[in-house]
Amino acid sequence: MEKRRERIDRGIKVRAEDIFALCSWREMLYLAAPRLLPVVGFIVLPMVLGPYWQRVLLSVAIFALLAISWDILAQSGMVSLGQALFFGMGAYCSGILNHYFGMTPFLTIPLAAVMGGALCTILLIPVLRLRGVYFAMVTLIIPLMLERVIEATKIFGGTEGISGLTPLPSTWLELYILLAALLAALFGFRRLMTSDYGLVLKGIQDNDRSVMNAGINIYWFKIQALFIASVVGAFAGAMMTHVYRFVGMPVFALDYSILPIAAAMVGGAGSFAGATLGAFILVPLSEALRALGGLRIVFYGVFLVVFVVGLPEGIFHFVARKYHQFERWVEVEK
Amino acid sequence: MSDTPLLRVEALSKAFGGVQAVNRVSFDLNKGELLGIIGPNGSGKTTTVNLITGFVKATSGRVIFKDQDITSLAPYKIVRLGIARTFQMVKPFYQLPAFKNMIIPLYSPRVKSLAGGKYGDRNAVALDLLEEVGFERDAQVAYKVASVLPQGYLKRLELAKAIALHPELMILDELFSGLSLAEVASIVPIIEKLLLEGKTIIMIEHRLKELFKIASQVIVLNFGRKIAEGSAKEVMESDEVKKAYLGSEE
Repeated sequence: MEKRRERIDRGIKVRAEDIFALCSWREMLYLAAPRLLPVVGFIVLPMVLGPYWQRVLLSVAIFALLAISWDILAQSGMVSLGQALFFGMGAYCSGILNHYFGMTPFLTIPLAAVMGGALCTILLIPVLRLRGVYFAMVTLIIPLMLERVIEATKIFGGTEGISGLTPLPSTWLELYILLAALLAALFGFRRLMTSDYGLVLKGIQDNDRSVMNAGINIYWFKIQALFIASVVGAFAGAMMTHVYRFVGMPVFALDYSILPIAAAMVGGAGSFAGATLGAFILVPLSEALRALGGLRIVFYGVFLVVFVVGLPEGIFHFVARKYHQFERWVEVEK
Repeated sequence: MSDTPLLRVEALSKAFGGVQAVNRVSFDLNKGELLGIIGPNGSGKTTTVNLITGFVKATSGRVIFKDQDITSLAPYKIVRLGIARTFQMVKPFYQLPAFKNMIIPLYSPRVKSLAGGKYGDRNAVALDLLEEVGFERDAQVAYKVASVLPQGYLKRLELAKAIALHPELMILDELFSGLSLAEVASIVPIIEKLLLEGKTIIMIEHRLKELFKIASQVIVLNFGRKIAEGSAKEVMESDEVKKAYLGSEE
């Protein structure tokens, strides 16, 4: 007897985009679980991890924010290869405000996020007309260029950087500020991108001429998306500066550009949850492979290739599909 | 009042390198009229539209809309003044459902200012507009992702996106191409209704029979030049038009 697999949407009695009738605890849990999981997870994780893995978690949150920042740009039709620009700009801004002006981290971090975001946006405005790979190339080059500018002009400590910056009062605070920011970014931007405003941004990615043809100034919208993404990246940089109590040329390094993209790809591009999930897999994996020494990068690379080839849609989209649908075998009617 | 035309095109020219795509084309269009632009492939019809709507910058010449020179304006500014167009190659947002495609024009500042600063419920407006152009409400087509819609619906969606902008002048670039006779027959009344509402329309068409039924004025382009203008009957009797369409007799 021949059989085929049938895919069925998991049933909720009445459900539209924004209206659903809740009929049972099971259904309520079905809807709430994906939202509760990160919230509860982020509260509990710092408590159960040891000091070393707490540090790793810090890194995870930083890279998750960078990956979200990358995804905001990608969803608005701007492919960036230079998240390091946002990260480094935020890092230097907070370092400078703290070192030269003596501000507390509670001031420098929000200020650096906004200032860094604004600076990056201004830097990139002239190239917003570029599309696709051309825009990507410019974003790749600018952070590397800034690195050399600092080296050559010896400003802000030159190659030495600025050290001895004020730390945040405790690791707990660092962790919870970062995780709270991550949660806010995760849910906030998801909401933003599903709003009509977000639809316009996605429209630019899909077909920018058609958006122009609707009487909308796409460059103004791109600038706004760029600013939002830069602020997120700059915030991550500013946090990291105060965690390490140091800021220097490495903040513009390629790592901060490439790893967030890898995280977004492995996790599932086009969703902020995917970007976060990717960071939660890649950063700890990189730590776990540390024992392998030089071979670490090889294994890491192989993992990435296997993932991108085997699950190109990304883990999150795969899991989400499995969560919302189930499959069963049915007989084929002859 | 009515002696100044709504749209005046003066000696509009565009050269792409050595190719003179549009060569000193001029015409006037009064409010409430339907102008048909016809001509063989490559005669510069779409380029003319691109010049009027700002998607291509003119080499020389002027476009005057409601007494305002709009020749060098950005496309989005021209739309805000009241000119909306459709594309020959449909340009929907393929990842979005049809009614969500409508949200983007409805988000336009023009729609906001015409509605007195309020946007209202865009989803409801979108569904109403789509129903107007023939997205049957009970068939749920409006909820389908644009990438699965057949060409006929994509063309209607293009039309609905233009209508959503409340334009004074609509430019429809080969709206009928690729559609069946029955589909064209069902769209013609929509255009007639737009004319009754006082809209001014430019249509680029190859489907001459359908166009001539509704056009009040026709111009014919060939190799970027205007070779004839007048009523449908007049232009089809012009020797130059016959030559352009059928080739010369020698």
